[in-house]
Amino acid sequence: MESRGWQRKDLLGLEELSKKEIEIILENARSFKEISEREIKKVPTLRGKTVGLLFFEPSTRTKLSFELSAKRLSADTLSFSSASSSIVKGESLLDTIKNIEAMRVDLVVIRSSSSGAVFQIAQQVSMGVINAGDGCHEHPTQGLLDLFTIYQKKGRIEGLKVCIVGDIAHSRVARSDIYGLKKLNAEVVVCGPATLIPSQIEKLGVRVSYSLEEALKDADVLNILRIQKERGVDCQIPSWREYRQQFGITRERLKRARKDILIMHPGPINRGVEIDSEIADLSSSILEQVNNGLAVRMAIIYLLANR
Amino acid sequence: MRKRRILVKQGRVIDPNSRRDEITDILICEERICKIEKEIKEKEVEVIDARGKIVIPGLVDIHTHLREPGREDEESIKSGAEAGAKGGFTTLCCMANTQPVVDNQEVVRFIYEKAKEARINIYPFGAVSKGLKGEELAEFGELKEAGVIGLSDDGRPISDAKLLRRALEYAQMFSLIISVHSEEERLSERGQMNEGFFSTKLGLEGIPDIAESIAVARDIQIAEFLHLPLHFAHISTRKSVDLIREAKKRGVRITCETAPQYFSLEESLLCGFDTNLKVNPPLRSKEDVEAIKEGLSDGTIDAIASDHAPHSEEEKNLPFDKAPFGSIGLETALAVGITELVEKKVLTLSGLIEKMSLNPARIFNLPAGELDVGKQADLVVVDMDRRWKVKKEDILSRSKNSAFLGRELKGLVMTTICKGEVVYTFNGDNL
Amino acid sequence: MKRIMGEKEIARAIEQISEEVLRGNSGRDLAVIGIYTRGAYLAQRIAQYLERKEGRKPEIGFLDITLYRDDLSDLSPQPILRKTEIDFEVRGKRIVLVDDVLFTGRTVRSALDAISDFGRAEKIELAVLVDRGLRELPISPTYVGTYISTSLQERIEVRLKEVDGVEEVVLIKKGEEWKAEVGKEKTC
Repeated sequence: MESRGWQRKDLLGLEELSKKEIEIILENARSFKEISEREIKKVPTLRGKTVGLLFFEPSTRTKLSFELSAKRLSADTLSFSSASSSIVKGESLLDTIKNIEAMRVDLVVIRSSSSGAVFQIAQQVSMGVINAGDGCHEHPTQGLLDLFTIYQKKGRIEGLKVCIVGDIAHSRVARSDIYGLKKLNAEVVVCGPATLIPSQIEKLGVRVSYSLEEALKDADVLNILRIQKERGVDCQIPSWREYRQQFGITRERLKRARKDILIMHPGPINRGVEIDSEIADLSSSILEQVNNGLAVRMAIIYLLANR
Repeated sequence: MRKRRILVKQGRVIDPNSRRDEITDILICEERICKIEKEIKEKEVEVIDARGKIVIPGLVDIHTHLREPGREDEESIKSGAEAGAKGGFTTLCCMANTQPVVDNQEVVRFIYEKAKEARINIYPFGAVSKGLKGEELAEFGELKEAGVIGLSDDGRPISDAKLLRRALEYAQMFSLIISVHSEEERLSERGQMNEGFFSTKLGLEGIPDIAESIAVARDIQIAEFLHLPLHFAHISTRKSVDLIREAKKRGVRITCETAPQYFSLEESLLCGFDTNLKVNPPLRSKEDVEAIKEGLSDGTIDAIASDHAPHSEEEKNLPFDKAPFGSIGLETALAVGITELVEKKVLTLSGLIEKMSLNPARIFNLPAGELDVGKQADLVVVDMDRRWKVKKEDILSRSKNSAFLGRELKGLVMTTICKGEVVYTFNGDNL
Repeated sequence: MKRIMGEKEIARAIEQISEEVLRGNSGRDLAVIGIYTRGAYLAQRIAQYLERKEGRKPEIGFLDITLYRDDLSDLSPQPILRKTEIDFEVRGKRIVLVDDVLFTGRTVRSALDAISDFGRAEKIELAVLVDRGLRELPISPTYVGTYISTSLQERIEVRLKEVDGVEEVVLIKKGEEWKAEVGKEKTC
């Protein structure tokens, strides 16, 4: 039995977690995964607790995943979504949260389009806060479910070579993945157009590559980031067509990769841009990630709600 | 009515202009200093005991945002002046980015009218371009007549090189100096903090140092081409300091200022997403902070200004990328200078005072910055040894957005005298 | 500290419980479910005995009841959950629930809730190595290795080879507890 356990009020990012804390979450996720395989997919653990889901940026998948996770633990959920436009006066963001705290909500899950916003909120409320993605900063539950998926598929993380491809500069998933993978001693290569690799990222302990062929060589895991087409190109790449030519994951490119390479994608997929449709369909691990997301989020809600 | 007289006894008087640095008495008669002698014996005077303290010329801030007219909820001329007096300033030059903009006589007159409520000297800058839009020149002649002491579009760069050229040419007719906010906006757009490892880590859009230095390089060349003077506001990078140093060696008639945050705070502090540390230019790297200190020490940087930029709590309590840029600074500038520059031997005490009084006054031809017989009695008594902590509840400014909140500083203003009147006295309770 | 059972006594108790289980359920569709940690090992031993005796192994399952406890927020810091493994159909089975010590009855209540979530068993029986009394819920065991009368100031500890390296049941008085606790944690 683990004698020293979880102490934190919030889960804000993987940067601040220790290796041990990450392991506690992953260990617990293993047990929670079993619950979703039962006929009655629900345990009474958090009966009478309330989890608030506050999404200040459009999201479908992450929100559904959190909602189902809370419900499978018998917590009540309270949800609030708002298109970023209606939170122009962001003052209402903190106001909304203070209101929700006054309703004696035990835990809030927050997504914001602003880097650091969830961190700022957590400092001002006493209830537990889970970061469901803040701007380009962190998306810790996605990072953890990626780690969990790798662990489940490969049996280990230490020593694996993981290649993250795409718009690294604007990816909170990339940052959380990098922190988690480095803490668990994986080797990380980030790959993408030079215009989308942020300044001095090597200092996070990763290698930068501008060639997908080279980055894929010997990679055990390939994590394909979602390209945010809505962001526009803003002189960062000439066109999506050229992006696909240089960095799109095609059958041809995968032929030269390891046979047992694990392909992951945080979803939703832009078929035909960052990944070919046929590969997205072939890769069972992408849907496995969704399932693992539930287990990881249940584990996190369980740990924080019972602190 | 009895003549008002104040005797400042036995302080260590430091006046960079006359190179005076000695323990002496100062007698103030009405608005002026009438006597400086080793020991002055006078009856019927108000005595200020300055033993163990320093007495310096009133500080001159050539970069303040007083927000009036338009945002009196954030600061007013009166509240800003009170904050200034507390920080040892007796002269504030307020920037033109008010609402409405200081681009016509009406607004200048309004500011002078309001300044009557302030007990220290207030001088407005006029705008370089109408509405700060960077398109057409403001009417410098009219503005000068109404009393502006310089010109600036601060808050916005002058992106159009031709407009800056014409502005410099035209301003010389009125002996008005232009203070430029140098920023290449295409490089800094959407930026929230200095670009580098920390912006990568925090997932915040970066502002590269060259966004400043490219504009500085361009502006130096324009001034050099025209053989005209030009002043650079809030210099923050090594590259800008190097460019200005080289240009000065060539004899280009440029001057520049920096603000306390650029020689004391580094970008790494932003890891807590504290919006009070969100300033423009942004907090830079450790190397840049070192370069600013070098620039101050070798004279490349002429002046230290507060860049006092009040913002309401509601606005600062927003997510980092939605919060406005700016920190208040009037109440901390001198103490940060003493703590970071004098204590750390970057500047002598006299050197610091010079950059906060004499030099800024000279750049903009202001009747200030000197402490001598016959001069206007603007002076400050400072306890150099007193340590204090910057606390929100002690701030006099209407806005509390200080980048220095929670820091311990050395050097506390005990008394501020402006035009022969005591305008601020430290009473043990306000800390 | 007082030793209540040793290796021989524990083996004898398992044998006796297993025999009784056989007597009541011979030929039935039987499953043995152990409650983590030590109940799981006792369940394995009972299942092995039944297999030797009957020639076929009953279904065996393991249960972590943490998520079903009614006192979760009092437990701090958080333990790591063990994976509940019930890989057979519960519906219609005769279930023997196994735990090491029966005390307040709360653990058993949680376990009954958990098993119900897997399906409707035909019958659920309860086997414990030690019944120490002091029940807080109306729960009574079907099979008992031994009864010991205790007070709230005492605690019973079952130590098994698989977990603790020794085979014994001891009674510890308050004050002696800490040392035992430390030793226990180390082996987990």
